[in-house]
Amino acid sequence: MARFLARRLVTMVLTALCLTLGVFVLTNLQPNLVKLAKTEASARMTDAEVETWLARNGYARPALVRYGEWLGVLPGWTGADPDGRPRGRCIDRAPDPAAAPRFCGVLQGNWGFSTVFKSGVIDAIGRGLGATGWLMLWVMIVMVPSALVLGVLAGMREGSATDRSLSTVAIVTTATPEYVSGVVLIVALASSTAGLSPLLAEWGLISGRTLFLGTATSAMEKITFWNFTLPVTTIALYGMGYIARMTRASMTEVMREQYIRTARLKGVSFRQVVMRHALRNALIAPFTVIMLQFPWLLNGVVIVETLFNYKGFGWTLVQAAGNNDIELLLGCSVVAVVVVLVTQLISDVGYVYLNPRIRVS
Amino acid sequence: MMEPLGWGGILARAAVQFLPVWIALAAVFAVSIRFRRRLGLYGKLFDSGIGMAGFAIVMFWVFTALFAGWIITHDPLAQLSGMRNVAPGTPLASAEGLYPVYLFGGDSLARDVFSRMVVGAQRVLAIAPAATLFAFMMGITLGVPAGYFSGRLDTGLTFLANLVLAFPVILLFYLLVTPEIRATGIPTALAAILFLFPILFLTILWNSRFFTNPRKRSIYIGVTLAVGLWAYSGLAFNADPLGVFAMDPNLLNVFVAVVFVNAPTVFRIVRGLTLDIKTRDYVAAAQTRGEGPWYIMLWEILPNARGPLIVDFCLRIGYTTILLGTLGFFGLGVSPESPDWGSTINDGRRLLTIAPHPAVVPALALMSLVLGLNLLADGLREESLKD
Repeated sequence: MARFLARRLVTMVLTALCLTLGVFVLTNLQPNLVKLAKTEASARMTDAEVETWLARNGYARPALVRYGEWLGVLPGWTGADPDGRPRGRCIDRAPDPAAAPRFCGVLQGNWGFSTVFKSGVIDAIGRGLGATGWLMLWVMIVMVPSALVLGVLAGMREGSATDRSLSTVAIVTTATPEYVSGVVLIVALASSTAGLSPLLAEWGLISGRTLFLGTATSAMEKITFWNFTLPVTTIALYGMGYIARMTRASMTEVMREQYIRTARLKGVSFRQVVMRHALRNALIAPFTVIMLQFPWLLNGVVIVETLFNYKGFGWTLVQAAGNNDIELLLGCSVVAVVVVLVTQLISDVGYVYLNPRIRVS
Repeated sequence: MMEPLGWGGILARAAVQFLPVWIALAAVFAVSIRFRRRLGLYGKLFDSGIGMAGFAIVMFWVFTALFAGWIITHDPLAQLSGMRNVAPGTPLASAEGLYPVYLFGGDSLARDVFSRMVVGAQRVLAIAPAATLFAFMMGITLGVPAGYFSGRLDTGLTFLANLVLAFPVILLFYLLVTPEIRATGIPTALAAILFLFPILFLTILWNSRFFTNPRKRSIYIGVTLAVGLWAYSGLAFNADPLGVFAMDPNLLNVFVAVVFVNAPTVFRIVRGLTLDIKTRDYVAAAQTRGEGPWYIMLWEILPNARGPLIVDFCLRIGYTTILLGTLGFFGLGVSPESPDWGSTINDGRRLLTIAPHPAVVPALALMSLVLGLNLLADGLREESLKD
C-alpha cells in the first residue's frame, strides 16, 4: 500500500507540474502580455513602449525561467527603474527592498497579486473557495443520497416498471446541462411573470412574489432555503443522473449473483436481501464514481455561479480568465488541478479499501 | 393586423413550418421499419421503443438542420422594429412580404427566436458530429497501439491522456479559445496535428489490409491521400488552392478545443477495449497465421470493439453538443450575433424574469437533442447486448 501511494504521489506531483507549466505558458503568451501591459500602463502605448514596459517589469525573459520563479525554485528577477530604484519580483512585494528574499514563488507561499480584485491571489481564491465549499456541501447532501436511492430502487428489480421510469429520469437529467436546467428552473420557479410563482402567489400559498430567488448573491451573507435551493438543485440534477445510472448498473449486477439467489432461496425477505446482502457490494462502484464526479462538479460550479451570480471559486475563475488576470488564473488552475488529482487518489485508495477482492501489489 | 396567437395556434403554425421534416422522418421510418431485418444493428434499433424515440428526436434535428432554409420564418439576423422581447405568437407590426408572426417571440434585439433556434441546430449539427468523429479517429489511432503494444508507448500516452483529463474543461476552454491565442497560431498548430490523424488512420487501414494487392492498395491510398491532404490544407491552414475546404478561424479554434477535450477519453476507452480483446483466441490465431500487428489491430481487434464504440459515439456527440453550448454560454469563440444555442441562452438569461422565451427555447432544443442522442445510445446498447 505504501509503495502504491508513493508511486501515485510521484505521478501526481509530475502531473501537477506539467499542468501548471501548461497553464503558465498559455496565460503568458505574447498577446496576453501585450494586453496586460496595455491594461496596466496605458491603452495607447506603441509597440516599442510595450516592449520596454515588458522588459522593465521582468516579462521579457524565457517562459521556462519565469515559471521557475513563479514556482519558487529559481531566484526572482532583479533590475532597476530608470531613476535607479531597485526592482524585482521579490523586491516589489517586500516592504523593505534590502531585506527582500531571493526566492518568492508558490512554494514560498507567494501566490502573487490579482489585478482584478486588487488583492492577494490567496485572499481572492480563499474567499471564493469558502463560498464554493458551502455550495458543494449542500450539493453533496442533496445529490449523493438521492442518486443512490434512485439507483438502488431502479436496479433492485431489473426491467420492472420502476426501473424503466427511474432510468428514464436518470437519462433526462444527464441530458440536461446546468445552463439548461438552471434557466428552466429559474423560469419555472423564480420568475414573477412565468411558471409556478404567479399562480402560487395568486392562491396565497407564498408570501413573497416568487417561490425561490433567481440569484444567489444574497447567499454570500446568509444561506437560506429561498436563495440557495435553485443553484444547489441545478448542479445536483446533472451529476445525479450519472451516479444513479452507475449505481443501477452495479446493483443489477449484484442482484444477479449466486449469493443473492441463495439468500432468497433460504427464505430471506426481498427487503432483507437488498438491505443486508446487496447494498454493501453494490455501493463500491458508485463511491469511485462520486469521487470522479468532482472535476465535473467543478464545471457545474463555474456555470452555476455565473448563472446565479454567486461569488465563489467558479465566479473568481471566470473573472480571472475574462480579465486576463494572469496570476489569479494560475492560482485558480493550481487549486482546480489539485482538487482533481486528490479526488482521483481518494477514489483509487477508497476503491481498494472498500473492495477486499482487489489487492494492490 | 392579426390577433396574437394562442399556444394552440403557435404550435399548429410551427408544425406546418416543420412540414419538410415530418415528411423526411416519415419516409425514413417507413423504409427502415419495412427493411429492418436486413439492416443489421441499425434495423434492430426499431425493435426497441427507447431507441426508436431517440432516433426520431435525433433525426428531427438532423432534418431541421438540413431543411433550415425552408423552415425559418425570418432572417435569423434581421431586427424588426417593435418586436423586442415580444411574447410568442406576436404578429408583426407591418408584415409586407414577411411571415406575419414571431412564432416563439422576439429576443432582446428584436430577432425571431424560432428562426434562430432552427439555424442554431444547423450550427450545432455541423460541428458536433464532425468534432466527435475527429476525436474518435485520434483516440483510435493512438489507443489501439497503446493497448496492443503496451510498454513505454502505453505509459507515455496514458500519462498524456490523464494530463488533459485532469484539466477542468472550462479552464481549458478559457485557455484555448481566446482571440489572443488565435494570434499566436497555436490553434492552427493543434489543428495541423489533430487533422493528420484521420489521414494517418485511413492510410494504415488500407495498407494493412491490401499490402498483398499493390494495385488496389495504391488506388485506395492514393485516393485517401489526395482527398485527405486537399481537405487538410484547406481546413487546417486555410490554404486550399481550389477554395472548397475552408474554416473560419473562430470555428477552427472551437473545433480544435472540442476535439482536444474529447480525444483522451476516447483513447482510454479504446485502449481498455483493446487490452480486453487482444487476449481472445482469434487474435492469437491471427498472430500464429503471421499477420502484421497493424492488420490485427485494425482488422481483427477494432471491428470487434465496434459495439461499445458506436454507443459511446452517440453519447459523445451529445456531450460535445453540451460542450459547444458551454462555450457559447461563456461567449468563447463565437461572434456576438451567432445563433448557436449556447450563446442564445447566455444572451437570454439576463432578462430571464421579464422575457423567458429567448433563453428557454434554445435551452429546450439543446436538451431534446442531447436527450435524443442518449436515448439512441441506450437503445443501441440494449440491442447490441442481445447478440
